Amino acid sequence: MTMTAKVERPPSRPAPPDSPRRSARRLPFSPWHLLLVPLALLFAIPLIWLLISSVMTNAEINRFPPPLWPKGIDLGGYAYVFGHSMFPRWFANSLIVSVVAVAANLLFGVLAGYAFARLRFFGSRVLLVLMLVTMAIPFQLTMIPTFIVMRQLGLIDTLGALIVPSLVTPFAVFLMRQFFLSLPRELEEAAWIDGCSTFGVLFRIVLPLSKPALATVAVLTFLTTWNDLTWPLIAINHDTQYTLPLGLTTFQGLHRTNWAAVMAGNVVTVVPVLIAFLGAQKTFIQSVTASGLKA
Amino acid sequence: MPITIAPGRRPRREAGTAWLFISPAVLIILGLSIVPVVWSLLLSFQANDLVTPSRWVGLDNYNALVQDPKFGQAVRNTLVYTALYVPLSIVLGLALALVLNQRIRLVGLYRTLMFVPFVVSATAQGVLFSFILDPEFGAANSLLHRIGLSSQGFLTDPGQALLVLVGITLWSGTGFCVVVYLAALQEVPPSLVEAARLDGAGRWQVLRHVVLPALRPITVFLLLWQVIQSLQVFDLVYVTTKGGPLGSTTVIVYFVWEQAFKTFTAGYGAAAAYVLAAALLIIALAVRIVRRQGVAR
Repeated sequence: MTMTAKVERPPSRPAPPDSPRRSARRLPFSPWHLLLVPLALLFAIPLIWLLISSVMTNAEINRFPPPLWPKGIDLGGYAYVFGHSMFPRWFANSLIVSVVAVAANLLFGVLAGYAFARLRFFGSRVLLVLMLVTMAIPFQLTMIPTFIVMRQLGLIDTLGALIVPSLVTPFAVFLMRQFFLSLPRELEEAAWIDGCSTFGVLFRIVLPLSKPALATVAVLTFLTTWNDLTWPLIAINHDTQYTLPLGLTTFQGLHRTNWAAVMAGNVVTVVPVLIAFLGAQKTFIQSVTASGLKA
Repeated sequence: MPITIAPGRRPRREAGTAWLFISPAVLIILGLSIVPVVWSLLLSFQANDLVTPSRWVGLDNYNALVQDPKFGQAVRNTLVYTALYVPLSIVLGLALALVLNQRIRLVGLYRTLMFVPFVVSATAQGVLFSFILDPEFGAANSLLHRIGLSSQGFLTDPGQALLVLVGITLWSGTGFCVVVYLAALQEVPPSLVEAARLDGAGRWQVLRHVVLPALRPITVFLLLWQVIQSLQVFDLVYVTTKGGPLGSTTVIVYFVWEQAFKTFTAGYGAAAAYVLAAALLIIALAVRIVRRQGVAR
């Protein structure tokens, strides 16, 4: 991608000389940085403050006015979170729910997406349109009956109640379908002629070509399941079944004066997403914009 | 057209495989969306406490909603929140994207810093900002104190709380608009911009007559997307203010949740949810019509 971008650049070269601003020549950098640096700091400072306050002592935080920089690094908050709270349990719960949701969305999204893209069957049009319609249904319209259904299934207060509704989203099905439609048919047809089964074609020929779409589904599923609060709040009562967001907000309510521990818990909640984001930033940004540009 | 070998070569086996492939998705998606939507509608005509058998009450829930001052307040709060957040996030997002779209150094870094808050959950944002904005122990008041300004109540002040929530969402949501606009700006054909420049158009004219019209579809998408998001805001409110102080941040979804799962008047909650859904539907239809006109022009 970057390669082609660079190759395409030379023809549009004459852009810079037309800017008449002299100041650009006086400063060793573009004057826009004078605007961008404070703005970027505005976005970054709350998260930096999160990190800083998680290594302060409560004595420091509770002073008025509180200091804006700690005297030293104190890990008391983290010790409390890992030693005297259920954060490790909540972390495991969040991980289980997110990993299962990602795996299931990939599997069911691929299967259904492929069927809608390539296979002919009675009712495919109607079902596809129905799925499209469900994407527009706001959650608060379905949450009360979903709660009743999960209670009937005996899943309320278990991780199952969190997993079942997020096993597959219409978004995953659609994204995969659109991607499969963009692939050339010839490869699959060649494999079919060689006697490959539909499963074989899908898993040996199509999927190896589908990494960008699979990554998008994985990233967006992980982000929404890991960050969700509304549904866990409804479906879970017992604190052994909490996920991190639910645990964090309850923990905050119970430890109003132990801010260091609350912030340490917050760091524990945020860091996995930040690591995933910084590690796969390109995929993240492409995934998020893809949902918009193709709409 | 590519060669298609014998369409319908093995129709029966193909249909069987297809149903095998789609059945998990169809069962879960339709079972947990279409069915509940109809169920919710029925619920909205019932008195239901989620425990004892429900009772048919006709339009009573809707009549009660119209007269409920708390619901009126929730609608007003949601509209104020939306009317502030959506235009601000889009205008800021566009402005920042235009700045970042120039050839300056460190664009990647700026983009990352602006986008990072978007991946942080509303829960984490809420917990973080209720700490930063804590009237007694928060860094914000500490900072105000240092530069000689008086302390603020922020989320504890009925006059400020909703505005503070808009501010927090701008912090986390503007980056999304920036990133979407930046991607869209890459797609604006450079030849168009060049041609306008050669015809003597200045910076503003190029922006006004070439770039903005090219971005129109994306702006419509962002408008729709941000409106839907902000009409459904819940997590941040639950974590920071629980609808208070004095109901000043009670939004519609918070109202629905409270009715259904706190006071156990699920039928009433379902009716409120349907009112919101109707509003969303009207907006979606309006945007469609605007979009059509845009295409027709």
